[in-house]
Amino acid sequence: MAITAKTLCKDEFFYGHKACAGCGGSLAVRNALKVLGKNAVAVLPAGCMSAVGFNFPQLCFANNAIISTFAGTASMLTGIEAGLRRRGITDFTAVGFAGDGGTADIGIQALSGAIDRNDNMIYICYDNEAYMNTGIQKSGLTPFGAKTTTTPAGENIRGNIRPKKNMFEIVAAHDIPYAATATVGYMTDFLNKVEKASKIKGTKYIHVIAPCPTGWGIPVSDTVEIAKEIVDCGLWYLAEYEKGVYHITYQPKELTSVSDYIRKQGRFRHLTDADIEMIINSRNQKWEKIRKEWA
Amino acid sequence: MAKKFLSGDEAFAEGIRLARPEVISAYPITPQTIVVEKLSEMVENKSLDSAFIHVESEHSALSCAMGASAAGVRAFTATSSQGLLYMVECLYYASGGRFPIVMMNANRSTALPWNIYGDQRDSLSQLDSGWIQAYAENAQESLDLALMSYYIAENEKVSTPFMVNLDGFILTHTYEEVDIPTQEQADTFLPKYETDNKLDLDAPKNMAFSAGPEHNYIFKYKEHIGMKNSVSVIQEAEKKFSENFGRNYSGLIDAYQTKDADYIIVTLGSIAGLCRETADKLRKKGIKAGVLRIRYMRPFPAKEIAESVKYAKAIAVLEKDISFGNEGAVFTNVNSALYTEQVSVLSYNFIGGLGGRNISESDIEHIYAEIQRGTKKVNFMGIEVAE
Repeated sequence: MAITAKTLCKDEFFYGHKACAGCGGSLAVRNALKVLGKNAVAVLPAGCMSAVGFNFPQLCFANNAIISTFAGTASMLTGIEAGLRRRGITDFTAVGFAGDGGTADIGIQALSGAIDRNDNMIYICYDNEAYMNTGIQKSGLTPFGAKTTTTPAGENIRGNIRPKKNMFEIVAAHDIPYAATATVGYMTDFLNKVEKASKIKGTKYIHVIAPCPTGWGIPVSDTVEIAKEIVDCGLWYLAEYEKGVYHITYQPKELTSVSDYIRKQGRFRHLTDADIEMIINSRNQKWEKIRKEWA
Repeated sequence: MAKKFLSGDEAFAEGIRLARPEVISAYPITPQTIVVEKLSEMVENKSLDSAFIHVESEHSALSCAMGASAAGVRAFTATSSQGLLYMVECLYYASGGRFPIVMMNANRSTALPWNIYGDQRDSLSQLDSGWIQAYAENAQESLDLALMSYYIAENEKVSTPFMVNLDGFILTHTYEEVDIPTQEQADTFLPKYETDNKLDLDAPKNMAFSAGPEHNYIFKYKEHIGMKNSVSVIQEAEKKFSENFGRNYSGLIDAYQTKDADYIIVTLGSIAGLCRETADKLRKKGIKAGVLRIRYMRPFPAKEIAESVKYAKAIAVLEKDISFGNEGAVFTNVNSALYTEQVSVLSYNFIGGLGGRNISESDIEHIYAEIQRGTKKVNFMGIEVAE
């Protein structure tokens, strides 16, 4: 049965934490755990979610959960999965929740190794597009143009000069059994992908956009709206990779304005119309490829 | 029991087979590689029933072992030198998490310059990482430590990871006759691992958490006490080991002819054998020479060392290590023990064997001669420096 707001489990597994108001990451973790249920065994590396959820004696997971080293989300999941299996336990889901830095930068080696071994786990990257826990520094998933505290917007450098690493396709290139992209703006799409992943054996990867109001420079009430808009304007896409095939799971009839999306966010305030034109061009190129190859 | 002709690495792998780990995370590095090769063969021929995981780095090797330990099962990994240094973050994590993982470290020089041969700078740089550190002298002791390490580490009052160090090449690759216990004998000695420090579907836990200034201190104190508790558990393990296998070990130190010795070499690992032979020869010439081999650098046998050398005229700490700008780490530890225990004896440091440079019998004779007449505090063996 497809997951909807009505059918979603009422139990809470991640609560009492001190995430900021409007935190997209905590929304992703909270709801994904509702799908995976009490037998989810969660690994969270150093990062926002571990920083807000594991402060002894205020421990915020009702299911089994553990902090890994920053680089070690996937490798610790591997050990946990193997260890529980050796104890004869089978009715659990090993799930990782790592941020964009923990996934695309410091944790990519361990993630690649786990996919290579096809270890049985779901790896969820909650992407807030910078190292938010340490106070908004550029990561490999910070988008072009974004101002962070290490990519200042000045006269010489106008924010981050490189596009996001393409984690979805990097992961797919490993021939992973299942990979998907999602956003907390389209929650049922995300949760149904989590549900689907939980039924597939081997390594599964879900990349969910999870806005950070503090880092993005948006009101705390706008997290969900902006997380919808990033998809609607085509700067993010909802897709799956399964059995060697990419396909789009949500086809916007018409892409909305990139400029509107950009202009709402403090991190892009410095961008010129020419900068935005560049972003639109790269979006168009990506969508040309998506429409041709992934339809 | 069966006797086989084995290298140190092979003997250690046999000991691990007998310990029945449930999860092995494997990554190659010279001169440790033979251990994981042998274990993979054992899994293949079903003499060992364990998950065998080909991890992508040493950091992942220990991270994976921590995951397995958190899942409540016995875990093993092995490393050396650069690999040990690459996983350093996980060393502290494993001890803080009280995960009783056993790891073999093949003592090897650290780059730069690159060098694959044996010295002890890798593990001695990690004395503060919260791991029990044992140093084997020969292949038999390597196998025996593989079995005893789990017994000690997994004791609930200890719950501390255990690093067994074997001198690179000199021990890891040298063949000796080794007694291999049967699986039944090993099972009698080493019980199955049981712990509450694990993830549990019936009683979910949040593990490896943060603790602020108020609580952090208490966790660190408990970690210290866990390590201190290992002292009596090491004794208990060796007593039970002796009853089961008929081989005796002497706890944190191995003292040879120290009771009436005027001159004692204090050292670690496989060089101790040559030191004992040299001491025997000197005794025939009327020089009262002794050897004190430190078996455990952590927990550190401060009292035992002080007690063993307190009537000596002078001691030499011979070590394959240097803490640049100071002296060898073993020397620092030994001197601290002497001062703390109020033992006044002349002590000298001899740095040798770095990057696998040979230490010969004449080098050992030279050390005994030097400490009889008095020498510099810190001596680099074989390097003549104008004062």
